[in-house]
Amino acid sequence: MTIRDVLSPFTAWKNLFRDPVTIRDPFNDRPGAPRYRGFHQNDVEKCIGCGTCETICQNGAIDMVPVAGIPTKQGDSGLRPRIDYGRCCWCALCVDVCMTKSLTMSNAYTWVESDPDAFRFTPGVDKKDWDDAELDYRRPEEHRLTAETRIHMGEMEPAERISSFAEIVDGYSVTEARLEADRCVSCGLCIATCPTHMAIPDYIAAVRDGDYERGVKLLYETNPFSGICGRVCTHKCETTCAARHEGDPIAIRWLKRHIMDRVTPEQCRAIVGGPRPPTGRKIAIVGAGPAGLTAAFDLAKQGHAVTVFEALAQPGGMTRWGIPEYRLPYDIIDQDVDIIRSVGVDIRCNVRIGKDITLEELRNTHDTVLLGLGLQLGRATRIPGSDHADVRKAVDLLRQATAGEDFRTPHTAVVIGGGNVAMDIARTLARLQKAAYGEVRVTLTALEEHAHFLADPNEIKEAGEEGVVILDARGPQQVMVENGKVTGLKTWRVRAIFDEQGRFAPSYDESDEQIHAGSMVVEAIGQMTDASLLGDALTEQLAWNRGRLQIDAGGRTSEPWLWAVGDMVHGPDVVTAVADGHRAAASIHAALITMEQRT
Amino acid sequence: MSYTPDRSQYPAKKADGTLDIDLTSGKYLKLWQGPNHPGITGNMSVELTVCGDEVVEGKTHVGYLHRGFEKLMERRTFIQCFPIVCRICVPEPDFNEYCYAAAVEELAGIKSPERSDWIRALILEMGRINSYLMYLGGQAGALGLGVIGQWTTYARDLMLDRFEELTGARIYHMFIMPGGVRDGLPEGFEKRMEETLREIESILKDVYEVMFCNAVFKTRTVGQCVIDPAWLDQYGITGPNARAAGVAKDVRSDHPYLVYPQLDFEPVTGKDSDIYTRADVRRRDLLVSVDLVRQILARMPRTGPLMAEVPNVLHWKIPRGETYIRGECSRGEYGYYLVTDGSGYPRRVNVRGPSYTHAMSLLERMIVNVNISDVASLMVSLHTYPPEIER
Repeated sequence: MTIRDVLSPFTAWKNLFRDPVTIRDPFNDRPGAPRYRGFHQNDVEKCIGCGTCETICQNGAIDMVPVAGIPTKQGDSGLRPRIDYGRCCWCALCVDVCMTKSLTMSNAYTWVESDPDAFRFTPGVDKKDWDDAELDYRRPEEHRLTAETRIHMGEMEPAERISSFAEIVDGYSVTEARLEADRCVSCGLCIATCPTHMAIPDYIAAVRDGDYERGVKLLYETNPFSGICGRVCTHKCETTCAARHEGDPIAIRWLKRHIMDRVTPEQCRAIVGGPRPPTGRKIAIVGAGPAGLTAAFDLAKQGHAVTVFEALAQPGGMTRWGIPEYRLPYDIIDQDVDIIRSVGVDIRCNVRIGKDITLEELRNTHDTVLLGLGLQLGRATRIPGSDHADVRKAVDLLRQATAGEDFRTPHTAVVIGGGNVAMDIARTLARLQKAAYGEVRVTLTALEEHAHFLADPNEIKEAGEEGVVILDARGPQQVMVENGKVTGLKTWRVRAIFDEQGRFAPSYDESDEQIHAGSMVVEAIGQMTDASLLGDALTEQLAWNRGRLQIDAGGRTSEPWLWAVGDMVHGPDVVTAVADGHRAAASIHAALITMEQRT
Repeated sequence: MSYTPDRSQYPAKKADGTLDIDLTSGKYLKLWQGPNHPGITGNMSVELTVCGDEVVEGKTHVGYLHRGFEKLMERRTFIQCFPIVCRICVPEPDFNEYCYAAAVEELAGIKSPERSDWIRALILEMGRINSYLMYLGGQAGALGLGVIGQWTTYARDLMLDRFEELTGARIYHMFIMPGGVRDGLPEGFEKRMEETLREIESILKDVYEVMFCNAVFKTRTVGQCVIDPAWLDQYGITGPNARAAGVAKDVRSDHPYLVYPQLDFEPVTGKDSDIYTRADVRRRDLLVSVDLVRQILARMPRTGPLMAEVPNVLHWKIPRGETYIRGECSRGEYGYYLVTDGSGYPRRVNVRGPSYTHAMSLLERMIVNVNISDVASLMVSLHTYPPEIER
């Protein structure tokens, strides 16, 4: 103890002459720091209502609620996060995980209300002072809690794949599939988009867990064409995936394929199980395509006796006769169809209804009849010269290619059309040309500009890589014929495809004329149904809607014994056809049960 | 100035060494100190048995803050535990964030990027400064020097401003995530931090003059409540409590973590192990931390990744395993014991806060024979934060 210890404390008195350090008016003089995590803001236009913020919130402070003026649509649940500040702990995990970066936190931190219930609001919907705050916490660009890049899918090099019809895509390994499955946030927006509402987040979780048995079970609940859809599905789900807003969408299709690749057909059969006890009802299905076979699968599992009649030599419909083998190997179709057979579906091929058996006979021998005829006739351009024998329809050529028939592969060919069928035939011809002549000389002309092609972007890219010359905005005018032989196609540049009313009425720039050389011209501009089996009387009797059979929500036509499904009523798409098959099966089953009760 | 207690009224010792306290005799009084206590010891209380104005027995009572964090975490995914852990210690929450993140990283086989390690060390040192500032105010306040608390609270507020601009929050920063840290330094941070450090140094000079060179403070603290170095292992004493007893225990140098091997510092020790020495060790350690913040800001890399690649946090599963991660917080060794079982949730999280040993067993031993008026000073001098006791 010294004299200093007595005097030194008095130095504190120097502060008597200092100003206070307290901020007098923190409401106005003390804004939060630029990164301050204050009250939430949400760009409701950008938000897709995926609910990932709700999932990650460990306090349960976020509820996804419907909001007036924001309708539910594909890729948007129509819900928006409502935040309860009695629970929020300001950790901003919701902001960090937000799939669209729509959710942010302003630097506002003062909010005075007399009503304790007021501190629960929907940011962006309930207007607040801080909605336009300049400073706010946003997820730093590189700070990611979910991976943004899709796991690369290995595929054959163009030079290798053009020389055979072998499958191009490798499929994921177990490690790759798990990494890809790990990216999913399980929001379920995809389920609403998928025509058959597959349990996508659940089967992706099964991939993550390596539980393929559970995966197959989930797949077969909604889609007996999972092996096929795992390869060629139009994967609308991926266009609404929450991950696509700030990265690549999850490779949902490839993960489905991965599950099917990991189980043997025997395991698959065991998982799918057998039918229920027989009900004694008989159902005839015309057409062994995805729609018909899906309905057959569902109905057979219910215990009904189902017979499927197929005009061609093998079942599968357009998946077999329309889609080339390099996209969908035939043994995959066989595997899927075998499992459908295993639940008791009787498939009779090479039986053409209307020729071998009449529809009337089917009606008399069965309780109900389901038509799944598909779109087997190609549409014609009807341009001058298109009646020549070497002007072919893409669907016919693809069918012949599958059957292994020789249709005299042309040295040079011109394909008209910009959809997937056009790509399929162009790439099939390219392979045949490569095998026959060692070089690819296929030109593809489409009405649309590149950005608006109807075909899958991958198809366009791969066709180009394989040597197909793809020309956009070209309108076919005339098939050039010299000395009775097709020599090419004359096209004009397209100015606009639709008129001012939005109707299909292409206008051309006649000064920009080109002749594309080709000894064969292939039309791939759409398909239609051959409904001649109905016969004149029935055709007259049935209700029609713009060329298609009129059906109710369950696929029932105006004739109570007749249902129609698939491409012939809803246009070309495998997974839509599968969804159709389920709906019709449910409708038929309900109708049969009612009949049972009546008798 | 000396004080000679009247021992004639003291209870006799029983054969097993415990005191023979007959509460009906009228010699003793039960006194409940806390949980609302003006010092900085927080929501804990001590049940005192006093004889005259001297304590003959003290029992620690906790439970006022129990929120069941460890159990809560068993029902949260690994990322959802991250906002919880900081709440286990209010004045210095960052050690929870660091230890939890490091434990998860070790079990998940993730290496946090180097730049994030520097930022983590920076945050931990900033937190240490804050914790000591709060302690100094409390230690002085327990002995009636109220002005010190006002000064250090101001200094702490300046550091909270720096926390706010770096982490986006003042108290619960929630910035050190499993995998790295959220973001880098904001623009101009170094300059503003230097201004803050200078202000803190200047305030500390005043604190030294008014608190440490103070006859009253010295009378009340010098020679008071000595920790015998022999107790260190028996009671698990760590941190400044151990260093004031002359034992240079410091996890930062004994078991280096983050970037501490690259930093230049010596553990601060004292000799006398009394309340005054413990306060002085903390004051000098605060200056070491100020220096470490300067070193870190001068040497840390300004570019590079801040987060390692982590799996999708929404369904992050960690293989079976267990680990113990420790760090040197302002009060001693802070540790996280984490057990995982291959699921998406921790099987067990155990938080080892230094306050557990300091405020329970050690305090109960040291409080005997202490004058009632010194109990608060003793409690603060052990620098305990009750939430660590009741996780």
